[in-house]
Amino acid sequence: MRPPHGPGPGGANPWVRPYVLTGGRTRTRQRLHVHTLVSVPYYDPGYADLLPPEARSLYDTAHTAVQSIAELSAHCSVSLGVARVLLGDMAARERLVVNPEAYTSPYDPRLLERVIDGLHQLAR
Amino acid sequence: MGFTSSPASAPRLASAKIVVAGGFGVGKTTMVSAVSEIPPVNTEAWMTQAARTVDPLTGGSGKVTTTVAMDFGRITLAEDLVLYLFGTPGQPRFWQMWDDLSRGASAAVVLVDTRRLDASFPAVDYFENDSDVPFAVAVNLFDGEQTHRLDDVREALRISPGVPLLACDARSRESVVRTLVAALRHTMDTAAPERGGAAAR
Repeated sequence: MRPPHGPGPGGANPWVRPYVLTGGRTRTRQRLHVHTLVSVPYYDPGYADLLPPEARSLYDTAHTAVQSIAELSAHCSVSLGVARVLLGDMAARERLVVNPEAYTSPYDPRLLERVIDGLHQLAR
Repeated sequence: MGFTSSPASAPRLASAKIVVAGGFGVGKTTMVSAVSEIPPVNTEAWMTQAARTVDPLTGGSGKVTTTVAMDFGRITLAEDLVLYLFGTPGQPRFWQMWDDLSRGASAAVVLVDTRRLDASFPAVDYFENDSDVPFAVAVNLFDGEQTHRLDDVREALRISPGVPLLACDARSRESVVRTLVAALRHTMDTAAPERGGAAAR
């Protein structure tokens, strides 16, 4: 099978690895926004040992603190698209907890009020 | 009974997001740094987009993969609430990335440099026409002074009358907070609470 691109100027095709890692998928079953918070409350070393390096890094880092998909992507140097697919897989296998939305929508007035209050305190 | 589904008694952390858009070099990263508790994190994002024309030689999906850099900041607003600010990649051809970053956002701010109004036109156009996320436009005062009347900026960028337009110093935390609050208040005034989960397109 041919990779989606020919080799770049640097020689190796930078897209082959992400493509292989995710099986060419760019979407996940569960909608994970860049700011969606996830965590690994129950760490399973046996499961971790079976993961490829990128997924392992995401799994280990997600265990350290509740954080967003974007933070995990940045901390693990795994691009956002790949991180989202790998973390989506872990969530589907119930290895990763996706924080449920606490508000009905990002336009929920209760949420907006709290964000505005918090920002005002920041400026004080 | 003594069983609970949650292992911790700590409050559930919730997150909210504001998108900071605008052309390359208008001060998006400066704006994020002014309020973020962490230095803005630069991350590589990649996406697959449908090619505009299908090249028969690729023989297959007609998809190309592109990488873009974007940055974001974080503000812990309360024990149970964190706000993320995402700077969009400047180039309008990454609209798919903009859709992705805007999805689920509570508000957007389009930052404008009056010396290069055209740099932010695609961002204004995007939020005017292609996104449901309510937005405000902020004119970045690079030298601390306003060189253009806001009405002129509104006309030049064809910003709708209902969209808040304000001057802002992207280096000043106080000024950035005022801008973000203006955008959030605009959401409160205009958005139906149940619509926010809808896709941007």
